[in-house]
Amino acid sequence: MIRKTVADVKEALIGVKDGMTFMLGGFGLCGIPENAISELVRLGVKDITCISNNAGVDDFGLGLLLQKHQIKKMISSYVGENDEFERQMLSGELDVELTPQGTLAEKCRAAQAGFPAFYTPAGYGTEVAEGKETREFNGKMYVLEQAFEADFSFVKAWKGDEAGNLIFKGTARNFNPCMCGAAKITVAEVEELVPAGGLDPNDIHIPGIFVQRIFQGVHFEKRIEQRTVRSRN
Amino acid sequence: MLDKIGIAKRIAKEVKDGYYVNLGIGIPTLVANYVRDTISVEFQSENGVLGMGPFPYEGEEDADIINAGKQTITTLPGASFFDSATSFGMIRGKHVDLTILGAMEVAENGDIANWKIPGKMVKGMGGAMDLVASAENIIVAMMHTNKAGESKLLKKCSLPLTGVGCVKKIVTNLAVLQVTPSGFLLIERAPGVSVEDIKQATEGTLIIKGDIPEMTV
Repeated sequence: MIRKTVADVKEALIGVKDGMTFMLGGFGLCGIPENAISELVRLGVKDITCISNNAGVDDFGLGLLLQKHQIKKMISSYVGENDEFERQMLSGELDVELTPQGTLAEKCRAAQAGFPAFYTPAGYGTEVAEGKETREFNGKMYVLEQAFEADFSFVKAWKGDEAGNLIFKGTARNFNPCMCGAAKITVAEVEELVPAGGLDPNDIHIPGIFVQRIFQGVHFEKRIEQRTVRSRN
Repeated sequence: MLDKIGIAKRIAKEVKDGYYVNLGIGIPTLVANYVRDTISVEFQSENGVLGMGPFPYEGEEDADIINAGKQTITTLPGASFFDSATSFGMIRGKHVDLTILGAMEVAENGDIANWKIPGKMVKGMGGAMDLVASAENIIVAMMHTNKAGESKLLKKCSLPLTGVGCVKKIVTNLAVLQVTPSGFLLIERAPGVSVEDIKQATEGTLIIKGDIPEMTV
């Protein structure tokens, strides 16, 4: 067994520097790497590029990094829930690259799987395709999109073991598996870290080969963005 | 004339037994409430769930189980969770049978604009571009005119496009229309709406063949 455990988030983020590109898992606030984000805030790294489907809300998730003006560029599909984001985007402080959601996921998976680029129909004929190579296959037009290149991936899983194997829960899975192994170093924070052998190999969603560092996260807030319920009557 | 619920009810009739369906945010979300319970349908949410159920009872919300609108949801028997790349594989690979989404504008050639208004804060396209570029069966749910009373069914979209030549059917508060090579073919009128009313509210080419039936909702 190759051991991937580190003591805590501080050790997990050793090597993080200004100007780096990070992938961060999550959809809205669901399944975000809360511990890694807090540590990035504490470290105060600047001029970072974040690849993340969304940009958090004003006081949680990536919003915490925006408040401290640590982010130079965001690569996302939807950023609608954050006033500070809007202010920085409109004032030109923040560079934003909007990417179709499926393309965003595939650019992660391509990086993970060793594909430099792929063709997708998404965005053909729109401004997303401007300046990109297009090609026809079987009578339909496609846009060439390139795999991401990133320094660190920060992902959040439900359970993990010492070997870095991961299991996700519910829709907190989202972009997290696609980002594992898609950057030079993948850091996984988990709600429950167990010894090797503690997880059934049949149940593993992401094999430990895609993860370099794993730690037991603390104080997961798991904030709900839109609490919607129905009445029992 | 239909209200938003009426539009959702009319679209629900387009949902067939055995369909996997992706619902966009807004009116499309309401469609799930009106699909008849004699057919088997699974709703897909692009953040990674098939077999979405209703909202949870109070106290049973789970932060780890949400839909693409970030709302807490439940799952039904037979449901599954998956990652974002797999989710869009389902969409791009045409495994999802029907996509229902809102729009700001639709052109008579099937172009759709629903993500960006120049000069306003742009929130992003989310999954809309992937959905419209891939789905073979796309129904747009929207009001026939905008708040200023201007037609949203146009010869050519004025706003930045989300996708080209992709919309097949449109259900508005006034009518059901099909996109054809020669323009918007009028299929049905909403209750109490005349063909003349629909003509007035449609800037794009409107094709009227024979008597246009009033829809039943």
